[in-house]
Amino acid sequence: MPVEIIKERYNAPVNTVEIGRPGAKQVKIGGQTGFPFLFDEGKMPNPPVIAYEVPDCTPDDWPEGLLEPYHDCVKDPVKWAKKCADEFGAEILCVKAQSMHQDYGSRPVDEAVRIVREIADAVKLPLIVVGCGDDERDNEFMPKLSQALKGENCLLGLATQANYKTLAATCLVDGHFIIADSPIDVNIAKQVNILIGDMGFDTNKIVMHPTTTSLGYGMEYVYSIMERSRLAAFMGDKMLAMPFIVFVGQETWKVKEAKDFGVVQGINWEITTSVAMLQAGADLIVMRHPDAAGSVKRYIAALTGGVR
Amino acid sequence: MALSGLDIYKLLPKTNCKECGFATCLAFAMALAQKKVSLDKCPHVTAQARQALESAAQPPIKLVTIGTAEASFEVGNETVMYRHEQKFHHPTALGILIEDTLSEDELSAAVAAVNGLRFERVGQKVGADLICVRNSSGYRNKFLAAVSTADALSRMAIALYSDDAESMAEAVKLCRERRPLIICGEKSSPDAFIALAKEYDLPIALTCENLDEAADLTARANAQGVSQIALNFKNESMSGRIQEYTYARRAALKKNFRPLGYPIIAFTESADPDLELAEAVSYMAKYAGIVIMKNSAREFVYPFLVARQDIYQDPQKPVQVEPKIYEIGRVTADSPVLVTTNFSITYFTVAGEVESSKVPSYVICVDAEGMSVLTAWAAEKFTAEKITDVLKRCGIEEMVSHRTITLPGYVAVLSGKLEEISGWKVSVGPREASGITGYLRNWKA
Repeated sequence: MPVEIIKERYNAPVNTVEIGRPGAKQVKIGGQTGFPFLFDEGKMPNPPVIAYEVPDCTPDDWPEGLLEPYHDCVKDPVKWAKKCADEFGAEILCVKAQSMHQDYGSRPVDEAVRIVREIADAVKLPLIVVGCGDDERDNEFMPKLSQALKGENCLLGLATQANYKTLAATCLVDGHFIIADSPIDVNIAKQVNILIGDMGFDTNKIVMHPTTTSLGYGMEYVYSIMERSRLAAFMGDKMLAMPFIVFVGQETWKVKEAKDFGVVQGINWEITTSVAMLQAGADLIVMRHPDAAGSVKRYIAALTGGVR
Repeated sequence: MALSGLDIYKLLPKTNCKECGFATCLAFAMALAQKKVSLDKCPHVTAQARQALESAAQPPIKLVTIGTAEASFEVGNETVMYRHEQKFHHPTALGILIEDTLSEDELSAAVAAVNGLRFERVGQKVGADLICVRNSSGYRNKFLAAVSTADALSRMAIALYSDDAESMAEAVKLCRERRPLIICGEKSSPDAFIALAKEYDLPIALTCENLDEAADLTARANAQGVSQIALNFKNESMSGRIQEYTYARRAALKKNFRPLGYPIIAFTESADPDLELAEAVSYMAKYAGIVIMKNSAREFVYPFLVARQDIYQDPQKPVQVEPKIYEIGRVTADSPVLVTTNFSITYFTVAGEVESSKVPSYVICVDAEGMSVLTAWAAEKFTAEKITDVLKRCGIEEMVSHRTITLPGYVAVLSGKLEEISGWKVSVGPREASGITGYLRNWKA
């Protein structure tokens, strides 16, 4: 019996973002014209990418099983970054500049900038850099960092509704991409994108962070917000057509169920959250455990292999 | 797809005879559309109209029941493509594959392992739902022995998977009263299996190459009076399957295309356990009604089950945590006491921040019907009276020596009243959970 196939076709693709120094290694995300991995209906010219998280100082809050693969570099962020690049085959790194935070010893901003610069020189990979979460420190750090990384075309974040101006202005001047953050809310996501655009920042250079939540702890909220947001983008809402980044590693390894039942369950927590986020439309996933990251990369390859 | 009141009206006699108890046929049609009355109330409806209405009242994706009594589950009856449109109704059933190539001892161990996959999480019982015995050996005696073992050692619903119709018939006889799902593989002619399903009134899974063949097979089964069907798409690529599942669901939901309106059964293919988990989670999220995994290790099954809880959570109904006192860290009689609502995300966010502040604290969740702080306050579910009541009754007054309660910054307005009626001193905390660390580090009773 011949079946009438109904294809959902959309005219408005997700923006394409290419992070990294032109001529050097770059990472391209976005550009899809439909929901993920439905290759008969839409195009997905750039498969989603996994970024490896590199803390810029010893991450005391990481459980033992997660730290184990990094045991020889926990005190040396540059070595850590090199390990991700050389041993784990990272295509892009996400440096978390947490050392400036008082919880991690309030490292002077200039020193934090220097460390990221050293990482950039050592690995020659595209970089994502996020601040420590303390607005005051981040607003001091980001302009200096942005300048120090000028030409590297990094992805810097997070710009929030309450604190986006400093970061947007500095990314604009130095040619970086920006992460626009919103609290599981399509309207605020759109609003932050508009606010950043109003500063003269090219909205094609924005990557959205819809908030990340772990498997079992509100993952479904983000899942549905991403689907809703994407539907709007495909229908032509330019202010929601940005690729998505999610920080799966940092959220999953906070969860007791991921930490306290052996490292395999933790790895699987990270894999499962990532898979759900990919099925909801994530373009860039920041992960922690190299085994989890490796498995998710193989999963993406299995989904896209032979189809592209 | 459900008919609107106007669609139904067109099929009624339009005589306004009032015998149904409604003033007009239109009013009756509206009530029918909302499923408030039965069509039987209309004595004049034509047989043709009745058939059209009954067919439209059928769910676009058939509800299929596998197993019996407490060892049973239902799949199908789904209504939306995206969970935010309404919700996903029947959580994907998880089956574990057991192959009859195992030795007697291995079989028993494998069945025991599946039996052990039972957990309680956020107040829900979750676990594996199905044991799928597969005739991988090709030998009938091995298959029957494995089915007997599963039947004897487990009370869980059973699926039988053999390419040989005669072996299947024998296996069915061993456990027919358990209403097993019979799975017809790609290598066998479906007719003998359909006949078995009919004879014993069993659910059947039909294996098909593509959507066209799926529609043929379900029509063939329907012609024999078999309608408890699941579809197994034999696509070799993972993305190809997800695409087919999507097409099948869409055809059923958007076009009311009955031949594809059946739940999907998906078998994972990956040998690598990590990839298998990823595959299973993908099929669960993208429309499979049953997923059969090979791996029964707890560290793999559990995340799958949690993902299923998440995706099948009703978006209209917030997940709640138990309203009670939560102790975070090594609390003492001098530890801070924070109060918030029992909306799970609110609690998890607060608890996460309290934990990372490294200041041991009590967090009291008030039963606010799962609303977040501001919503609960606006709906009068998070009031000074309610908080006072909880403070007096939950036992916190015996647990701490001080009488200072930390209130979320957003409801600072409750402070005066709360102090007055509870006798506790109110300290207004930060508005956002992210401020909790700083707040707690400077906290004094």
